[in-house]
Amino acid sequence: MTSMQTPTHTLKWPNPHLDMAAFEAEGELMLLHLGPQHPSTHGVFRIDLYLDGEVIVKAVPFAGYLHRGVEKLMERLTYVQQTPIVDKHDYVAPMTSEQALNVAFEKLLGVEVPRRARWLRSLFAELQRIASHLLALGTLSIDLGGALGGGSTLFIHCFRERELIMDLFEEVTGARFHYNTHTIGGNRHDVTPEWAAHVRSAMKTILARLPEYDSMSIDNSIFIERTRGVGVLDGRLALELGVTGPNLRACGVDHDLRRDAPFHAYDEVPVNVIVEQGGDSLARVLVRVREVRESIRLVEVLLEGLPEGPICSYRPIKLVGQVKIASGQAYAAIETPRGELGTFVIAGGGEGNASPYRLKFRPPSLHSLSALPYLLPGATLSDAVTILGSLDPIMGEVDR
Amino acid sequence: MSGLVHGAVYGVLILAVVLTTSGLWIWGERKFAARLQTRLGPTIVGPFGLLQAVADVLKLLQKEDIIPAQADRALFNLAPVLAAFCALGVAAVIPFSPDVIASDLDVGVLYILGLGALTTIAIFLGGWASNNKFALLGGMRSVAQAISYEIPLVLAAMVPVILAGSLSVSDIVRWQVGHHMFALWPIVPGLPAFGIFFMAMLAESNRIPFDIPEAESELVGGITTEYTGIKFTLFYMAEYVHTLVGSAVAAALFLGGWDGPFAPGLHWMVAKTLVLFVSVYWIRWSLVRFRSDQLLTMCWRYLVPASVLLVLAAALWVQLFPEFL
Repeated sequence: MTSMQTPTHTLKWPNPHLDMAAFEAEGELMLLHLGPQHPSTHGVFRIDLYLDGEVIVKAVPFAGYLHRGVEKLMERLTYVQQTPIVDKHDYVAPMTSEQALNVAFEKLLGVEVPRRARWLRSLFAELQRIASHLLALGTLSIDLGGALGGGSTLFIHCFRERELIMDLFEEVTGARFHYNTHTIGGNRHDVTPEWAAHVRSAMKTILARLPEYDSMSIDNSIFIERTRGVGVLDGRLALELGVTGPNLRACGVDHDLRRDAPFHAYDEVPVNVIVEQGGDSLARVLVRVREVRESIRLVEVLLEGLPEGPICSYRPIKLVGQVKIASGQAYAAIETPRGELGTFVIAGGGEGNASPYRLKFRPPSLHSLSALPYLLPGATLSDAVTILGSLDPIMGEVDR
Repeated sequence: MSGLVHGAVYGVLILAVVLTTSGLWIWGERKFAARLQTRLGPTIVGPFGLLQAVADVLKLLQKEDIIPAQADRALFNLAPVLAAFCALGVAAVIPFSPDVIASDLDVGVLYILGLGALTTIAIFLGGWASNNKFALLGGMRSVAQAISYEIPLVLAAMVPVILAGSLSVSDIVRWQVGHHMFALWPIVPGLPAFGIFFMAMLAESNRIPFDIPEAESELVGGITTEYTGIKFTLFYMAEYVHTLVGSAVAAALFLGGWDGPFAPGLHWMVAKTLVLFVSVYWIRWSLVRFRSDQLLTMCWRYLVPASVLLVLAAALWVQLFPEFL
């Protein structure tokens, strides 16, 4: 297999732009379209795989099957109308999606968020992180073990715990998934002491069940065998590609916006950043599993110190066109469960300056997927599914 | 002549029981899996959802039978039939009790191993004839897996053959009964041989963690990608029957077959088979699968040498310590 990757020794990393015409395979090459309709592409995503037997020679990913033109749509919708739209971006972590948008608007307007609202946002973000990481672990194990096998057992167990968190969010916002709970200047829904008690008991349940999941994933020899050394991502390459979040921290790069550029309440609540050295799929899983425990700790801290006070500093929204911004631009980024989700907004568009002139998202999943052409060559078809699953992409935010 | 009648009657009986109860096993497995996964499983169709498999089969029968335009029609149609035939055919030589056996072949073990190996041909035929890349990859994996796992399977099955000195399955069981041991005697080659046989049987019947030929998270449907309706049902049924019959073979060769106290032999045989059958599904719903190359490495590096040693050990045992048999 190594004989044909002739140009690699001159390159820093395996060549993702291998010239197929000049390439000499041992046998006949097979072009396999993994996706867009494939059980393991985590949405609608296609990778063209050039296979030599079962070994991938070259991989060309194609995003865009889920493109909904949201960034263009945002130029027509008013600032007030946009929050429920971004719920559908990262549809596994809608809370952090809407936070990223509203933080950018607040920066543009120069609105100060009340302390209680900032703590609530951190609390929601950490709960969302637990839910999202659990889902990532579950879907990866489905990729490894199949929908009719051990993989689905862990998957359904993970979903059971995610359900607890969705119940908590439902109690606060009334919605299980598309919350629309953040607004410019703060939050729309306040929490009660009873809710806090429910959170504590849910965290206790999840913490008690985590060892069970460890035994089915990171402590299971077959699981380790399937993920260790698979899809090793170099830290420098990851930085060059703009990979962030757990995928970057799994390469030994100590980077977390919650600590490095604190937003919400993270300047008051220090975060232990989880870093793993391997850079392989196992390291990515380990980072997520350890982050779940760290998030549970943060939730306890945030609940304990939740300050009293107002939850919104901006005037109540009565009309959709109420927020008008004549000029200016702002970029704000927060650490979502998948990495750095940035929103860049230029004001002064729409009718009476009620919409942005241009709005651009920086989705972490897109940057994670950009590592695929480097990770896949040399791996087998089975590994391709593992690597894709361990990167935990959400196509909703890749294509927007 | 009476032997022929006896064989025909029991053959039909065993076939009917295996076929009609396979729906029951499917229901059992789904309930079992559901309980592992904190679900309820089938509850709607019939009492406790018992008729779920019947409903499923009726639904599958009504499905349109699609043959891809580029497929090799003859082979495409032949493959599921061959798969079901091979799986069911093995049941003919399994002694469920001293009497309940369709055909007490002198070379029963050879027949079982040969017919079991044919299943791979059926699977590869299906993958090849579908003219689908995912199906072809599934077929390729299946052949690679079968070529590797056939060797430890055969060698492990040789251990009881050598100890009992016969290729007939009922003779092997009778030998185990005659030595007042209804399980694994002598322990030294017997127990590991049973382990290897069981693992290789999982691989033969494409069960997790060895189900890479139809790894649906990688290969969509594997060999069954293009199959619909009744042909898919045949593949599906063949898989279940293969596991069931494989469990029965393992019970007969290694666990003393019908031997056991307090109950008729038939009950013991069925109980032993079911225990193995449930273990297969317990493993299936708990583990993730291996990768193709890891599977082959494991086979050639550990299982093949180990099974060769076991055969040697069994042969030496028979030669050197015949009094301890």
